[in-house]
Amino acid sequence: MGLGSSMRPCGDYRTTYAADMTIFATPVTRYVALAFIVCLLFVPLFGSPYVLSLMIQVGYYGIAALGLNLVVGFTGQISLGHSAFFGFGAFASAWLNNSFGIPVFFAIPLAGVLTMLVGLLVGIPAGRIKGLYLAIATLASQFILEDFFARAGWFTGGSSGAMAEYFTIFGYSFDTDQSYFYVVLFYVVLMYTFTSNLVRTRDGRALIAVRDHYLSAEIMGVNLTWYRVMSFGLSALYAGIGGALFGHYLGFVSAEGFSIILSIQFLAMIIIGGLGSIFGTLLGTIFMVLLPEVMELGVGLVSGVMPDLAQSLAFIKEMAIGLAIILFLIFEPEGLAHRWKRIKAYWKLYPFSY
Amino acid sequence: MNYELLLQLVVNGLIVGTLYGVVAMCFVLIYKSTRVVNFAQGEFLLIGAWTCWWLLVKFELPFWFGFPLTLAFMVIFGIALQVIVLRPMIGEPIISVIMVTIGLSIFFKALMGLLFGNETKSYPKVFASDSIGVLGMQVQSAYILSMGISVLIMVAFYYFFKYSKIGLAMRATAFDQQVAQSLGISVKAVFAASWAISAVVSALAGIVIGMVNGVSSALSFFGIKVFPVVILGGLDSIVGSVVGGLIIGVLENVAEFADSQWLHIGNLYTIAPFYALVLILMVKPYGLFGTKDIERI
Repeated sequence: MGLGSSMRPCGDYRTTYAADMTIFATPVTRYVALAFIVCLLFVPLFGSPYVLSLMIQVGYYGIAALGLNLVVGFTGQISLGHSAFFGFGAFASAWLNNSFGIPVFFAIPLAGVLTMLVGLLVGIPAGRIKGLYLAIATLASQFILEDFFARAGWFTGGSSGAMAEYFTIFGYSFDTDQSYFYVVLFYVVLMYTFTSNLVRTRDGRALIAVRDHYLSAEIMGVNLTWYRVMSFGLSALYAGIGGALFGHYLGFVSAEGFSIILSIQFLAMIIIGGLGSIFGTLLGTIFMVLLPEVMELGVGLVSGVMPDLAQSLAFIKEMAIGLAIILFLIFEPEGLAHRWKRIKAYWKLYPFSY
Repeated sequence: MNYELLLQLVVNGLIVGTLYGVVAMCFVLIYKSTRVVNFAQGEFLLIGAWTCWWLLVKFELPFWFGFPLTLAFMVIFGIALQVIVLRPMIGEPIISVIMVTIGLSIFFKALMGLLFGNETKSYPKVFASDSIGVLGMQVQSAYILSMGISVLIMVAFYYFFKYSKIGLAMRATAFDQQVAQSLGISVKAVFAASWAISAVVSALAGIVIGMVNGVSSALSFFGIKVFPVVILGGLDSIVGSVVGGLIIGVLENVAEFADSQWLHIGNLYTIAPFYALVLILMVKPYGLFGTKDIERI
């Protein structure tokens, strides 16, 4: 698998297709990943509320970013309107719950499906245009959906926003960070496992083929239009679920949050993490969630010297996002996932790194 | 039906449309010669307008001195941007190039916000009279001026690409980089020049708009509005950008009119160009004058 193979020590040959397609190269990595998830289960018992809220943020943004990576990193289409899907999911879940009394437990996946339908609609141009033109079409869809949020009062509550109930199962309400963490963790594990398996199937490989050389893919029998549009639908599904989790976490959804800047942040997550890398998506999301916090900390430290800076914190955070994108693209275009592999390879061969 | 209002709106549309045309021309110039889609075009307007405002208000420079100084700054800025940020991106996939200009866009927008704040600030008065009558309508003199400047820029572009040596070099580079290089054209210089020209002319447009409406971060939205324009005109057509600018300018004003008279949807002024954009992409993705990509296997 491209990059991975060059990082493997010599002598490690794969003799079956099954071995080549495994998610975890060795049993040890599988146990480490499992152990990591088990450790995460105990975080709410010990973690401070601040850490917990950051981790929940990483969770719902990470799910949405994974969807974007599916369309950008795996299928090679550019989407500049991902935050509109994210917002649609948040509104849809709140709407299903408020207007039809569907329990939140079912509303979240249903919101994902609704958002997927919108994504398929937005993805229709992908059947006809690609690359840059498609990017501009998704940009238009971002503005059109944003406008829709502001206008469709029956769906979004208009300018006043929509209330979203807390997640409940059998009367137990997940209304604290500690309990909601498990809901988000469940969805993160579910979606990441699903994606890891998806990219190993025929459909997943077809998506990658569309990215790598769409003409060859078409000649080999991959239906380009179907896979391009489907990748948009899938990415919207992830964004919808992420958005729904976001809505039920905050308890309130308003249209202002889903602007183009959030779309750019999603793109930044997958570029910084690594295009076409599932693990990288998570790393990128962590990076993008921590970046504003670090900026806030930094501004707090120098506020004694420059008190004016605290008022312009929002600008500084945005500048940091822009700068992070530019610097990563120039100096580490393959993202954090690549850097992580390099570090692993370095230690594996230490001290004889060549 | 209110014909007078409609006529007024159409005239407004034409005036704004010429400005769209100018900004779109700058966008097309960069795309044509360097194949970079510049999402930071709107920020060029913003930076130009703020720099000029800063020189005129904070340093109280006279307009005839502050204005050329701004343009000189934009030349350096455009070249620096190309050399430092865009040059390493040559040969990278299109998503990286798009993202780097998006990164530049949010960086500079936030930087301008940090330096100059959120409020709209107005320029010192440069012209005496406020509005003059044209065909029985009151039109702001600054609008007339902006239209004049826009037309002047368009004519200048025409002659630049038709007769000047660097203009011809740019066209040659746009046509085929390797051939241009083998004819002794420095492709690097052409790339830098196209960014510099684009930055200067955008800044000019920014200053003109700033004089009419005041300077604020809203200026950078021109960079987004430019997409319907260039898609309609064709991504690599200078003529197309002018025609597209006029059409989109009129379209949004007519949409506003239709909205206020019959539809009552609201906000159609901003959103109509984007519906048009999707429609054009579905029907005629290469626009009115754009060259069609033909792919050979």
